[in-house]
Amino acid sequence: MVDITPADGIPPAEVAEMELYHPHSWWTKYVFSQDAKVIAIQYSATATGIGLVALVLSWLMRLQLGFPGTFDFITPEAYYQFITMHGMIMVIYLLTALFLGGFGNYLIPLMVGARDMVFPYVNMLSYWIYLLAVLVLVSSFFAPGGPTGAGWTLYPPQAIMSGTPGGQDWGIILMLSSLILFIIGFTMGGLNYVVTVLQGRTRGMTLMRLPLTVWGIFTATVMALLAFPALFVACVMMLFDRALGTSFFMPAISEMGEQLQHGGGSPILFQHLFWFFGHPEVYIVALPAFGIVSDLISTHARKNIFGYRMMVWAIVGIGALSFVVWAHHMYVSGMHPYFGFFFATTTLIIAIPTAIKVYNWVLTLWRGDIHLTIPMLFALAFIVTFVNGGLTGLFLGNVVVDVPLSDTMFVVAHFHMVMGVAPILVVFGAIYHWYPKVTGRMLNETLGRFHFWATFLGAYLIFFPMHYLGLMGVPRRYNELTDMTVMTESAHHLNSFISIMAFIVGFAQIVFLFNLIWSIRHGREAGGNPWRATTLEWQTPQTPPAHGNFGKDLPIVYRWAYDYSVPGAKEDFIPQNVPGSFGPSKEPA
Amino acid sequence: MAVALVLVLIVVGSVLFHLLSPWWWTPIASNWGYIDNTIIITFWITGVVFAAVVLFMAYCVFRFRHREGSRAAYEPENKRLESWLTIVTAVGVTALLVPGLFVWSRFVNVPSDATDVEVVGQQWQWSFRLPGKDGKLGTSDTRNVTADNPLGVIAGDPNGQDDVVVEAADLHLPVGKPVKMLLRSIDVLHDFYVPEFRAKMDMIPGSVTYFWFTPTKTGTFQVLCAELCGQGHPMMHGVVMVDAQEDYVAWLGQQQTFAQLSAPQQTGSADETTGQTAAPGPEIAARLETVGSR
Repeated sequence: MVDITPADGIPPAEVAEMELYHPHSWWTKYVFSQDAKVIAIQYSATATGIGLVALVLSWLMRLQLGFPGTFDFITPEAYYQFITMHGMIMVIYLLTALFLGGFGNYLIPLMVGARDMVFPYVNMLSYWIYLLAVLVLVSSFFAPGGPTGAGWTLYPPQAIMSGTPGGQDWGIILMLSSLILFIIGFTMGGLNYVVTVLQGRTRGMTLMRLPLTVWGIFTATVMALLAFPALFVACVMMLFDRALGTSFFMPAISEMGEQLQHGGGSPILFQHLFWFFGHPEVYIVALPAFGIVSDLISTHARKNIFGYRMMVWAIVGIGALSFVVWAHHMYVSGMHPYFGFFFATTTLIIAIPTAIKVYNWVLTLWRGDIHLTIPMLFALAFIVTFVNGGLTGLFLGNVVVDVPLSDTMFVVAHFHMVMGVAPILVVFGAIYHWYPKVTGRMLNETLGRFHFWATFLGAYLIFFPMHYLGLMGVPRRYNELTDMTVMTESAHHLNSFISIMAFIVGFAQIVFLFNLIWSIRHGREAGGNPWRATTLEWQTPQTPPAHGNFGKDLPIVYRWAYDYSVPGAKEDFIPQNVPGSFGPSKEPA
Repeated sequence: MAVALVLVLIVVGSVLFHLLSPWWWTPIASNWGYIDNTIIITFWITGVVFAAVVLFMAYCVFRFRHREGSRAAYEPENKRLESWLTIVTAVGVTALLVPGLFVWSRFVNVPSDATDVEVVGQQWQWSFRLPGKDGKLGTSDTRNVTADNPLGVIAGDPNGQDDVVVEAADLHLPVGKPVKMLLRSIDVLHDFYVPEFRAKMDMIPGSVTYFWFTPTKTGTFQVLCAELCGQGHPMMHGVVMVDAQEDYVAWLGQQQTFAQLSAPQQTGSADETTGQTAAPGPEIAARLETVGSR
């Protein structure tokens, strides 16, 4: 136990604090705001709004699959538009925007002890360009021919041909334009997050004292800045193919007896570009969830996260490895078969750091003091669904096992479990955890517990049995499962069951939204630190934190983020900005 | 308590569902039993890990739940334990990867006695081409595709003249003989998938892809398209009939060669062929039109 005083290891302030931008009017305070916290709420609200559209689309798909032939308005054309928009919205416009634009903006400055992002004006632009991207996306629902139905992977040549909804209409053009805008907007925000983590930390906040939430969001942002350009290029080229008649991805094609004016392009090149972005994208969504859930478990089990250093290196390692596994999405794409050996090996290696993270989460529970609060319940549910979805990844990543399972419902079940359900459960846990900081009030407990059980058990009952449909050989992206020898009578019943569960889970989200709105006024007063947590966002002088976050002086950090239940300490937590003799005896150097 | 119980029930329920539910793979009809075995190994290893992790959690939630006055232990790291867990995981992963790569090397290396069979996908139907007596398929090009030459076979190539062309009809294969499926598309991506054969591969316009297998059971098998290819995708079914050798020879004898099909004047039998192959592709397109205008 060493006495740590500000003189010990806390560097003196090197540069004077910059003057913050101060809003002058209602408009610059709440609309064109440069405050990361306001931008975070704008991002989150927009993402939730468009996410609701995607939720409704999933209901429409499940209506068709669960009760085929009952709903005339769901034509094959409409069905493909629903699946495409559902997938794209959920992956890009909801999950990516919410984790990075929402949680990133709110938590990074507060957790690293900064007054705001480093470039507040660019940060504001980032949101408005994101909003524009969402509006362009939404406009495609009203464009002639409707939105694109090319599948969220947008594989050419079909994406820009007449056999696909929106292929020769406005749908695909608006989709590609919206993605291009999203990437521009994201890049502005992303640069901010990276620079703020590297340059904006307060005194004493070394990299190895950062909460894992910040490590997760930071690594995901670095990855996104490297991965999104591949998608950007692919979108621009496909836009040229569609609008100007170039042939980047278009070989010679005979469509319905007619020769198209294309030739020499490579459809598979698009797939490589798409997945060079698309695989890191999985971890862009997963790493913030990994980080956040680590902090939820530690706080609510009143115990330091087990193996902090290993956790940090696992995050960084997963981030790096995720750039050399992309072609495991393409084992049956017709690429050179020898690629399979390489990509199967890298893909299975990534299972090792991922498994380490899982071990460390459950070992944090071991000999903890587990408070089964709603954030903790969601964290536990995350581990169950993530382990389940991660393990089915070992089927699909192991090249030869992927051959029968690829493009079947097994894949749909796998990725929903691992990058749909699991991260969304973390989002919910995080909202229940940080809502008191954002609004000053607690969310309603009863509604919260209903929301938790319905969402967790419902989602598990949707996606666990779905794997077995895939094992039977039922392909994905079929709006009609009739006239198929693999579809038995009982499999049709299973589909109806899955659909009914989907409606229940969807309904639970409406209860959640009600809770979000209702509790702003009627929730129990939270106080500044209701969970008795250690990290800096809970130590602000005001709740919700005011503009500039920390009052007159920035906090000084004396210890890591996980001093829970330190032996000898009076309380079972010591905030990061508390000096004193109960030093972090085993804190990683 | 309730939470720990639910976690245990999830494990028990998942295992029971796996063992007792009627939903399992179709009986295999090819040599790729290796793939099924690899899946079984994977189920065992992953199943054990899933049960172990979730049951451990359930125990922790039960044993270390908050009680008045209880306090957590303080143990930031345990190098020994962390190293052991890493090693055990690495061993498990290797146990999955090694058989997987071994079977993959069989999957991609075609035996030398395999017969070529060409599959051509187009929106939304399957056509096939078999080599004639010379055992060679003639070259082809999407730019040559016309109504009379639906597969785009190059007319000047002597190897192509005796090729048997099966347009938008069933494919027959002899049982017990390895075949190399050469996969082509003339418009968008498709994927030739027969669940009972356990194999599939995308077809890319402008390229020829392949996989190989040996049919091991006679019977009729449904072909599904497994790569989204536009609105008609779910209706793009086909049929593969695996025949005993003599049935296969009989069927082959009734088929037309490229030379016969492209001869300018044809006799009655050709009309019959044209009538029989009322191609499902345009038919599906027409059906979609009607549905769309509703």
